[in-house]
Amino acid sequence: MKIQKILTAGALSAALLAGTAGADVRDIRIGVDVPYEPMEYRTPEGELTGFDIELGNALCAEIGIDCEWVVQGWDGIIPGLMARKYDAIMSSMTINDERREQVLFSDPYFTPPSAWFAPADVEVGTPSEESLEGLTIGVQRGTLQDNYVTDMYGDVADVNRYATADDMVLDMDSGRLDIVFLDYPVGKSTLLESEAGNYKVVGKMITEPKEYFGDGFGIAFRQRDEALAETFNEALAELKANGTYDEIHTKYFGE
Amino acid sequence: MEALLARLEALLADNSIFTLQTLSYYGEGLVTTVQLVFLSLVIGLVMAVPLAIGRGSRHRWISLPIFLYCYVFRGTPLLVQLYLIYYGVVFVEGIQDTWLWLILEKPFVPALIAFTLNTAAYTTEIFRGAIKATPRGEIEAARAYGMSRGLMLRRIVLPSAFRRALPAYGNEVIFMLHASAIASVVTIMDLTGAARFVYARYYAPFDAFLFVAAIYLCLTFAILYFFRWLERRLLAHLKPAGG
Repeated sequence: MKIQKILTAGALSAALLAGTAGADVRDIRIGVDVPYEPMEYRTPEGELTGFDIELGNALCAEIGIDCEWVVQGWDGIIPGLMARKYDAIMSSMTINDERREQVLFSDPYFTPPSAWFAPADVEVGTPSEESLEGLTIGVQRGTLQDNYVTDMYGDVADVNRYATADDMVLDMDSGRLDIVFLDYPVGKSTLLESEAGNYKVVGKMITEPKEYFGDGFGIAFRQRDEALAETFNEALAELKANGTYDEIHTKYFGE
Repeated sequence: MEALLARLEALLADNSIFTLQTLSYYGEGLVTTVQLVFLSLVIGLVMAVPLAIGRGSRHRWISLPIFLYCYVFRGTPLLVQLYLIYYGVVFVEGIQDTWLWLILEKPFVPALIAFTLNTAAYTTEIFRGAIKATPRGEIEAARAYGMSRGLMLRRIVLPSAFRRALPAYGNEVIFMLHASAIASVVTIMDLTGAARFVYARYYAPFDAFLFVAAIYLCLTFAILYFFRWLERRLLAHLKPAGG
């Protein structure tokens, strides 16, 4: 079914400037690699869902086009875009310079959050130099969380570095660690869900500053589809402004 | 000291990996490694002497447990022992509430226990071999003088056994230094831990590990020369005359 295209004047002029053949944005197909919970996965009924999928659908609705999801393995996901199997990739793809040489990225739509986790019975205030002083913090060695904690709190707290998240959980269970700083989805599955009630999140999700947490995920397009990318950027800005983005974000990552 | 630091800082100004910050990690790592190895060797040595004597005992209820202890600790990897002691103790019910937890909470003591038990087992075997190799004539002579067993051990058997064990024991010390590199798996920031940290931080495996390898080499040389000096002094009577 085709829906009448509704284009903002800005997108229209951008499309004209970029010199695309059609003045309108046609229905598109989006490549995605599943499963990668909670970003993209299938429900037990086989339906695609996840943060990327819901946000992608909301973006398409905002633009006023129909989007079809095409499942594609990660290895071939950029070649598939070049071969026109689909017109965009929305699959937790981190924006970086190597990829920028091949594809055109939208504005970042998401930065994977990190969070502080502590045993439920330990009283820790919002993490700061004062509240973490003298505590033992666990991190995974060599991760961005390690760099962040070492630079911010390495002088006031003990930092224990682990090879795997499992070792770290073991040491927190035994009481050797007061608090850990983890990728939020990892912490959620290993601490909040598998040991329900024993652990809690302390403070807010952390995605800043950029030098530690990176540029985040972007939607990838073919280099020449500048108008399409611009249309998505505007739709993204609109969703962030009208609260739809926050709604989806809260659904998958909590407050 | 201040001036030296300033000069060092100027020298490292162009170096993105070896800053004063990372060098201080290596410095702290060096202190931790030396503490860990030295303490475990000293305690291990003190344990090994009575164990080696007991190991050669005629009473099976003394020699058998010591044999089993040596067999287990020499027959399993040190890494496994370290894991068992560090992660294993927390499964003892209620240990967090006892005074033991105060010393076992931090990784240093569990690692020290693992290293000590391991080196004590090896050292026991080294000494046992040396004691067994005591020439019969020396023992017969001691008996002929009417020495008691204790006196004979103290004056005849042990001194000559120590001398014979020295080269093999020097090897054990060097092995222990190198084995201590696994301490970083239980979050201890020893020399290898510092190198792994720098490697992970700057994605520079060659710089990080070559530097730490050079430090280990220096330590090994120091141990080597110490034992060579000891051997020259203690085994002087074995040198060819006039040599």
